[in-house]
Amino acid sequence: MKILVIEDEQELLQTIAGSLQMEHYIVETASDFDTALEKAGVYEYDCILLDISLPGGSGLQVLEALKKESKSDGVIIISARDSVDDRIAGLNLGADDYLAKPFHLAELHARVRSVVRRRRFGGNNTLAVANVTANLEARTIAVDGEELSLNRKEFDILLYLLTNRERLVTRTALAEHVWGDRIDEADSYEFIYSQIKNLRKKLKDSGAAVEIQAIYGIGYKLQEL
Amino acid sequence: MKLLNYTTSFFALILLVIIPVWAALFYYNMLDEIYDSMDDGLDNQKLLVLQKARTDSTVFRHTAFEQGDDYTVREIPALVAGPSRDMYVDTLMYMKNEDEFEPVRMLKTVFVHNNRYYELKVITSMVEEDDLVNQLLYSLLWLYLGLVATILVLNNVLLRKIWKPFYRLLRKLKGFRLEAPQPVGDIDTRIDEFRLLNDTVQKLLKGNIAAYNSQKQFIENAAHELQTPLAICLNKLELFVERHELSDEQLGQLASVMNGLERASRLNQSLLLLSRIENQQFGQGEVVDINAGARQVLADFSEQAAYKGVTLSLKEEGACAVTMHPDLAGVLLTNLVKNAIVHNVPGGRVEVVLHTGSLEVHNTGSPTSLDRNRIFDRFYKAQSSSSTGLGLAIVKAIADLYGFGVSYAYRQEHVMAVSFGRHE
Repeated sequence: MKILVIEDEQELLQTIAGSLQMEHYIVETASDFDTALEKAGVYEYDCILLDISLPGGSGLQVLEALKKESKSDGVIIISARDSVDDRIAGLNLGADDYLAKPFHLAELHARVRSVVRRRRFGGNNTLAVANVTANLEARTIAVDGEELSLNRKEFDILLYLLTNRERLVTRTALAEHVWGDRIDEADSYEFIYSQIKNLRKKLKDSGAAVEIQAIYGIGYKLQEL
Repeated sequence: MKLLNYTTSFFALILLVIIPVWAALFYYNMLDEIYDSMDDGLDNQKLLVLQKARTDSTVFRHTAFEQGDDYTVREIPALVAGPSRDMYVDTLMYMKNEDEFEPVRMLKTVFVHNNRYYELKVITSMVEEDDLVNQLLYSLLWLYLGLVATILVLNNVLLRKIWKPFYRLLRKLKGFRLEAPQPVGDIDTRIDEFRLLNDTVQKLLKGNIAAYNSQKQFIENAAHELQTPLAICLNKLELFVERHELSDEQLGQLASVMNGLERASRLNQSLLLLSRIENQQFGQGEVVDINAGARQVLADFSEQAAYKGVTLSLKEEGACAVTMHPDLAGVLLTNLVKNAIVHNVPGGRVEVVLHTGSLEVHNTGSPTSLDRNRIFDRFYKAQSSSSTGLGLAIVKAIADLYGFGVSYAYRQEHVMAVSFGRHE
């Protein structure tokens, strides 16, 4: 699967590209407006990560050009300018998603996966890791076909971890994804631990072939056993 | 005290000193003049009597004033006579018409006729001093009142007209707010000082507005520019942790670095949000169902509250619908509830009470009242915590943006109240 990352900040570009490569995507990069326009115009990508402020032009213009050529690449706008106007303009122009900087890599992966999945697998809204299958439509997760009883937040946590399997998910990323990004400022995210503990027990009891590992002080990682 | 009244009272006070002094001088001068002319008259009368005495012996029969004469002649022993000299005295005499003793001016002198000594007294009726003083006093009082009244009228008509541009400028300055600057505008006056004042104020305000705007812009830009390096640092650390096998100790250290960076990032985002609210970058919005919003926020916080041992509850006493930007409504509710949970104690409680036009958040916490004047200030923290200290400042900024009232009170519990009506 091919992904084009358009971002003028070299360090950020490399970090994003590096993280996506670890997911075995084929990653191409562009760091200015002309290169972005050229690459996006010539090649087909499963997903394009598009920064709005670029040297030489606006990411929104790239988006316009794509839509004019009726290209169907999935587009996620990444912008430091978390302004309502940008978001609305981007989504109106046909972007699939909008991600404000700074973002967690886990969140980026989740968004990319969701865009790719929608484009590639149309109606197939399931995600399987080992013997654990998540049904995104019905919002259920089953182990060996046996449905787990999860509340809304437990489902969100587990789905997020499944989406980011074998990858580090920081507590902050998890909290912001599940509880919303305004939940911050909590003195800590300790409360997530009790949720994880419940999930671990449910996974273990149902004989799931995955486990949630704690990365000391930082976050969690879902691994296949 | 108004300038008009000030000048008037100043004049009134000065006149109050000047007029009596002037009146006293005037009175004594006048009295002096009157005595002078009276004494001249007496002197003349004396000469006439003496002239008459030389030829007419009836003069010597005037021994008392009762006969209606204005002089008396009385023979005195030579011994008593002494040297002949004139003596003016003020004395009292019974006046038939007034039926009382009235002051008279009397000239006493001694003259010699046929080697006999005679004492001559000539009188003339005198000014009644007390009447004069009374009259004068009344006149002066009227004069004083007249002057003050004139000044008052002049001041009010003339000065009011002259100072009009000044008061207009004052009114404009009183209503001036740096956050929503209204131009002061030019004034129509021929007075140089006022024009200069207006120009100076205009220049000053222009400078202030520019400084304020650039300050606002600076905060936004600084926060904005910081986001990217912060994002890079955090993402690189995440990748680093993933790519290397690290010991728990190493992870712990990296975790605290990441925590610090995340805190900086949160602070930044709060500052950005704050300046975006203050720069009015959110529109008027739509009708937001606060009840639904509150339910959502309480659900979002339920795990966090449970972890802290805090009970959350919602009391809906009315349906609360407010026209505002939905994102800001969310921020408002979140920050209030978050604040109530974070600054709570284990076993405590948070209750959100909704009325038709208002919202209250009650929470347990520290047993003393917080500084209600500073609680909405930026970076005000009652006790050191990892919070940004901007949560309530953002609440206040949102309230100010939409003209809501927001207040804090301590009634055994901490109570934050937001009234959604327009408040000025």
